[in-house]
Amino acid sequence: MREIIITVATISSISGVLAFLLSLANKTIGNYGEKTVTINDEKDYIVEGGETLLSALIEENIFIPSACGGKGSCGYCKVKVLEGGGQFLPTEKGYVTEEEREQGIRLSCQCKVKENMKIEIPEELFNVEQFETTVTKMEDLTDKIKLVRLEFQDGKEMDYKPGQYIQILTPIYKESFEEIYRAYSITTPPSSKNAIELFIGYAGGICTTYVHDYLKEGDPLSIVGPFGDFQYREGDKEMVMVAIGTGMAPIMSILRYMAEKGIDRKVTFYFGARTRSDQYMMDELEELKEKLPRFELKLCLSRPTEQCNWTGEVGRVTDLLEKFEENGENKEAYLCGSPPMIDAVIPILKDKGFKEEDILYDKFE
Amino acid sequence: MTLNPFVIFFAAIFTNNMILSNFLGMCSFIAVSNEIKTSFSLGEAVTFVLGFTSIINYLIYHKILVPLNLEYLRYIVFIIVIASFVQLVEMIIDRYFETLYYTLGVFLPLITVNCAILGVSLFMIIRDYSLIQSVAFSIGSGLGWTLAIVAMAGIRQKIKKNPIPKGLEGPGITLIITGIMALAFIGFSGIVQIQ
Repeated sequence: MREIIITVATISSISGVLAFLLSLANKTIGNYGEKTVTINDEKDYIVEGGETLLSALIEENIFIPSACGGKGSCGYCKVKVLEGGGQFLPTEKGYVTEEEREQGIRLSCQCKVKENMKIEIPEELFNVEQFETTVTKMEDLTDKIKLVRLEFQDGKEMDYKPGQYIQILTPIYKESFEEIYRAYSITTPPSSKNAIELFIGYAGGICTTYVHDYLKEGDPLSIVGPFGDFQYREGDKEMVMVAIGTGMAPIMSILRYMAEKGIDRKVTFYFGARTRSDQYMMDELEELKEKLPRFELKLCLSRPTEQCNWTGEVGRVTDLLEKFEENGENKEAYLCGSPPMIDAVIPILKDKGFKEEDILYDKFE
Repeated sequence: MTLNPFVIFFAAIFTNNMILSNFLGMCSFIAVSNEIKTSFSLGEAVTFVLGFTSIINYLIYHKILVPLNLEYLRYIVFIIVIASFVQLVEMIIDRYFETLYYTLGVFLPLITVNCAILGVSLFMIIRDYSLIQSVAFSIGSGLGWTLAIVAMAGIRQKIKKNPIPKGLEGPGITLIITGIMALAFIGFSGIVQIQ
């Protein structure tokens, strides 16, 4: 008995002393006082010094896109720092190119606010807000992909462009001890202002596990958005869209938008899946053909089985493109899906004469 | 047998190198050995943290744990001490030594969980070193670790230009090189042994 008490007392007192020292240090050494962050030379924000720029801005309700939650492993949270912010850190090296570095681009999750700062961010990030939503529909599209419908609470509305994405704030749950943000593309057209739908594929990550195994209809969910330059471009160029898996999401948003507005452009959508059971939204895509007279859907399966009864194209989307696409000079491409797919498709399109600035893509990592 | 601290210091660098003979501290060794400059900074940080934590751990072990018969708690106590010491030092450097922070400070969090540091604290207890021997051992180990990582970074900088089979790029070839370096370091083992 005595031994147990001594053990517990020793460990507690050693940790207690260390914890006391650390919190003392945090109060004195780690306290930088209040600092001003000036954004785009117009707005001043008073923030608590010592934090990273990313978390300081989140507290002021300015949401810089970030997929990794501030660990310095995604490279999305770049901002232009004009003044302050200290030296460039070795942890940023892998994500900021030499060219960007000269312009003052930094990773906001690494750079700390230790002095007054001046930064520049794209104007549209001021429109980014946190929305409280309610899950009103969860539907299995395939055995790996779920459709999730989120309705905004308190009659709030979100303005977004077709092709943009939002981030889900995954709460703390049984299999994860921290809140993290993960990005998902919106599938609804911008006219659907008070509710959005997402396609969420199961990939075993923190957020997808939460959505697939824990989230139920009626649950609340916080999202932040909208983000993204992958957007529908007005014009009359012929459009070529390529997607695999959940990559269909932003393309669906663009197609629905075009159907609603009655935009008559030639569109070819290449969609690749593994087997027939991995194809989804096929009925709606067929219906879209009626509203978009020059819409063409090209499907392929990479591994059709006996049960598929597949008589269409076999192979990957890259094979389809090689076979059907030509003369890309006056065409616009929208690519969406896994990074290897996009990396494989871009050179093929360039070979076919697509101009670099006319190839838009959104990599789902 | 009491060993001369200088012998221990020398042996910790060459014959009982933390990485090349004990294979401790491998994670940061492989992750941060891309460039000579950064790996040298990391090596400095490891040496610095090793030197101080071994003294603190030595005192806590011999002045608190041994009198109370709580030697078996050393694992957990050492870890707590190392983690909080690193935190504290990072805060101080971050605030008062700005240039040092950019070369050394950013690596400190990486070291909290570096097993070489816990390893040194445990070895000095197991081998029953005195305080002076422990200090010599820990600083020697730090320098040995630095030597190994800087050598590795030098080799990796050179092989960057060489064609390496795709599957071996990065950690793969690094582990193979580490093995070869370890074989080379066995050549030192005839000089002294401190096991």
